[in-house]
Amino acid sequence: MDFEKAAFYFFALILVLAALRVITARNPVHSALSLVLAFFTAAALWLLLEAEFLAIALVLVYVGAVMVLFLFVVMMLDINLDRLREGYWDYLVPALVVAGVMVLEMAVILGGRYFSLAQMPKPPAADPDYSNTRALGEVLYTEYVYAFEIAAVILLVAIVAAIGLTLRKRKDNKYQVPSRQISARRANRVRLVSMPSDKGDSGAAS
Amino acid sequence: MEFSIMDLAPAAAEIFLLAAICVILVVDLFVPDERRYLTYGLTQITLVVAALLTAAGIDSAPVYAFSGMFVGDAFSSVLKVGVCLTVAIGLVYSRSYLEPRGMYRGEYFVLALFATLGMMVMISANHFLALYLGLELLSLSLYAMVALARDSARSTEAAMKYFVLGALASGMLLYGMSMVYGATASLAIGDVIAAVQSGHANSTILKFGLVFIVAGIGFKLGAVPFHMWVPDVYHGAPTAVTLMIGTAPKLAAFAFIVRLLVESLGAEQLVVEWRQMLVLLSVASLVLGNVVAIAQTNLKRLLAYSTISHMGFLLLGVLSGTTEGYSAAMFYVSVYVIMGLGAFGMILLMSRKGYEAEELEDLKGLNQRHPWYAFVMLIIMFSMAGIPPTVGFWAKLSVLQAVISIGYVWLAVVAVLFSLVGAFYYLRVVKLMYFDEPAQREAMQVGVDSGVLMSANGIAVLALGMMPGALLAVCERAVTMSLRVAT
Repeated sequence: MDFEKAAFYFFALILVLAALRVITARNPVHSALSLVLAFFTAAALWLLLEAEFLAIALVLVYVGAVMVLFLFVVMMLDINLDRLREGYWDYLVPALVVAGVMVLEMAVILGGRYFSLAQMPKPPAADPDYSNTRALGEVLYTEYVYAFEIAAVILLVAIVAAIGLTLRKRKDNKYQVPSRQISARRANRVRLVSMPSDKGDSGAAS
Repeated sequence: MEFSIMDLAPAAAEIFLLAAICVILVVDLFVPDERRYLTYGLTQITLVVAALLTAAGIDSAPVYAFSGMFVGDAFSSVLKVGVCLTVAIGLVYSRSYLEPRGMYRGEYFVLALFATLGMMVMISANHFLALYLGLELLSLSLYAMVALARDSARSTEAAMKYFVLGALASGMLLYGMSMVYGATASLAIGDVIAAVQSGHANSTILKFGLVFIVAGIGFKLGAVPFHMWVPDVYHGAPTAVTLMIGTAPKLAAFAFIVRLLVESLGAEQLVVEWRQMLVLLSVASLVLGNVVAIAQTNLKRLLAYSTISHMGFLLLGVLSGTTEGYSAAMFYVSVYVIMGLGAFGMILLMSRKGYEAEELEDLKGLNQRHPWYAFVMLIIMFSMAGIPPTVGFWAKLSVLQAVISIGYVWLAVVAVLFSLVGAFYYLRVVKLMYFDEPAQREAMQVGVDSGVLMSANGIAVLALGMMPGALLAVCERAVTMSLRVAT
């Protein structure tokens, strides 16, 4: 086994274990940290595929920004673990059975026949000065600019939706409007009510 | 590669729409609450201009833009004009409903425009990537619109269900598309067609992908057995959003089916495969939609189940696999959208501040409260049931002709039998309106704009029923001029 293969299996093993930890860990912070590990290992796998730019983007964007934010949220929210875990073991066995059967069925149809190594020959090695960042940039802003723009619009929708769904004008905000304070009249604030004096009952309450 | 700005001309409507959305988004920030009608007016103008820009391309041969990711042809132009006008009319109906419920805000209109943009992208897609991104743009806007009634627990629940099942369906679609990519080595629809028809593509992988694509489409369309979300979402969403979900997106979904199944995977050996699957989906939808609708007491749920059965009819046209079948399906979906606008619009018109007219009980004695609207609702219900002389009859007839022409007589018989079952609950609505005593006597307060449109809507259903030729011809021409169908 050459070095490349050994490295692949090493990273793949860590990736699978980390992914399993994400859904089995009792503590949500541990789950989030395992997800960080899973992303990081996936980036290493992409490096093996010579997709350097994507690997770095994954580490920078997902590990660096998204997951850190995620960790903040997990730590800030008071998540009730017991309720979150409710029914996990009850569902685990049927879910495993269903998933197992589905994987088996797909394997029967597809197997290794159509996507085996023999079917997918190794692509020719790239030139030494080949940059996949450059290659990506070239098609991203020419051939795929339409898809790129729509993806940007989808992000805009996400912003509008998030603000629309969460922004509330707080009712308990306290602030002063000087013009209204000045224009207040006695009649607006004080109401004189004439109450009948009820002498006979005055001491009954005490 | 030479680039000139005129290369983008086929997509002028989409580009204008996006620019207008950005302008409205900014303008809305500076509009005080009591002047919100400015946002509303801008939205309506935008939709009408987008429709006009699209209509300019209605006679052209297919033109491509954005490196072949976008196609403008007669088929897409007709559907896009339909989408813009449907959304515009829907917003007119919704206006008086939104105001007292705190939803008459800039975000609502902006999200509606985003959804419109998503539908236009879907309809004009010539690449799997564009198809998928348009679908997501549409779906995400709709999820947010359902959840926009923030204080309603029912709406929030509906939004959650819609979101989770929608994500599942997207996953199925993507998995299917990736399999097609694995077999044909391309995502561009033109290349996929060439690869599939040349016969070099591995047919096992293609069929494997086809299963997932059909399942994903079934989810999005709400065909049985992928229909579970439809009644809950229709019921839980604010009625104005139900109108939005129930009408224009059906046009886009039809275009989605045509681009994916009919065009990309339309080779002889694959049509045989997906025809079987669509027969199952269609029969199940017809049976379940019509039978379960009988038990409903809520008008929105009833219309949801009726949608499921109508989608079964739509699939009948598609599965015939002939040009006549496709134009019949296009006619059916256009007619359905007109009827849906009327039916959901009527619920909106009957509602007022603090009162939702969504139970069947609320329709009791509508004839005594407002004879004209009762009559309009009667026409729409007759049309949904497929009773002549309304246009719903012609829609069902043309679809059934397409099915019979490929020798599936038993399927046509099943469809007719279950639309008879369906006639029961449509006619029950009519009975409630005309023969029952009203539970309340308040007059309906309907604005001039929505009142006139609703009348026009009802008359259109009747007039198209008298003269269906024009709309039928438009659909037929669009399909024969544009679609790359192997015949």
